[in-house]
Amino acid sequence: MKFTIQVNEGPYQHQASDTAYQFTKAALEKGHEIFRVFFYHDGVNNATRLTTPPQDDRNVVTRWSELAEKHDLDMVVCVAAAQRRGIADADESKRNGKDADNIAPGFRISGLGQLIEGGVQADRLVVFGD
Amino acid sequence: MLHTVNKSPFTNNSLESCLDCVADGAAVLLIEDGVYGALNGSKVADKVKAAMGKVTVYALSADVKARGIADKVIDGIKLVDYAGFVDLTVENDKVQAWL
Amino acid sequence: MSETKKFLYVNRKAPYGTVYALESLEVVLIGAAFEQDVQLLFMDDGVFQIAKGQDTAESGMKNFSPTYTALGDYEVTKMYVDKESLEERGLTVDDLLPLVWEDEDDDYAEKDSIILVSRDEIAALMEEQDVVLSF
Repeated sequence: MKFTIQVNEGPYQHQASDTAYQFTKAALEKGHEIFRVFFYHDGVNNATRLTTPPQDDRNVVTRWSELAEKHDLDMVVCVAAAQRRGIADADESKRNGKDADNIAPGFRISGLGQLIEGGVQADRLVVFGD
Repeated sequence: MLHTVNKSPFTNNSLESCLDCVADGAAVLLIEDGVYGALNGSKVADKVKAAMGKVTVYALSADVKARGIADKVIDGIKLVDYAGFVDLTVENDKVQAWL
Repeated sequence: MSETKKFLYVNRKAPYGTVYALESLEVVLIGAAFEQDVQLLFMDDGVFQIAKGQDTAESGMKNFSPTYTALGDYEVTKMYVDKESLEERGLTVDDLLPLVWEDEDDDYAEKDSIILVSRDEIAALMEEQDVVLSF
């Protein structure tokens, strides 16, 4: 089955990103396809490269990056939500006159249409949020 | 249809609203703080047990264990792991998250 | 995209206290371009999103309630409102924005977008959908 996953909350503040990650991982282990993981609202904060969590706890951001690399996942961060919250890649940063970018590996910034497309193309859309 | 509820029923009305809007034969999965809705003897236990007559109620084992309530779950609520969560989304035609 | 699916946007949160109302509206607007069969549900505190008379001047926040009024132009013509949620909050449909759409098949007659529903009707509405988006 083909899944689109929507993640509405950032790392650590809510359990949403953890549950979404565990679900996505389990779905992949069962041989399902992940069409897209779409990060919206504070979910865009899962894409910051600058995270340094304590060593004895999970690293929510790199965990996503590693899963994406292992399974060639399409992880999309909503551009409007990212702009509001200061998550940017090099292009966005330059376009908006910022002096830095901070997006983590495996994430790409794109429009809300990617979420709708995810709903149309996938067999199941599962939302994780608060 | 699979309904997921992730909020505690003691702070939030998501579980109540969900149970008011489930059709016969649907599945309800309690996750994250929503697993507190599975606590036996709580003020919402009767409402949950009544709903179990028309829908199947599940709770995510990882979240039940994390919160130390595994021995207090209402009889008849099935515990599933993340793989079981995935299976529920496949077996039901769509998923609604009560956030 | 060749397929048309039934999309339900579930709005259960109040405006302004959190961003969900505003950002879910943005999804509705972008989603309109995909020509899917869209309906909105306002339930629990979500009914406050379409309350009349929102004045955000003093708060410094953007008043986005006029956008709900424009949804008819985006082919979003079905806005289901939970009766019980209104009653619990001491509201009636008269406290809500006058949300209408123009039916081009009926000489552009103005029709109500708001459809009051009971919880049983909501259960049936949800079962009919292909995709449910929650915020």
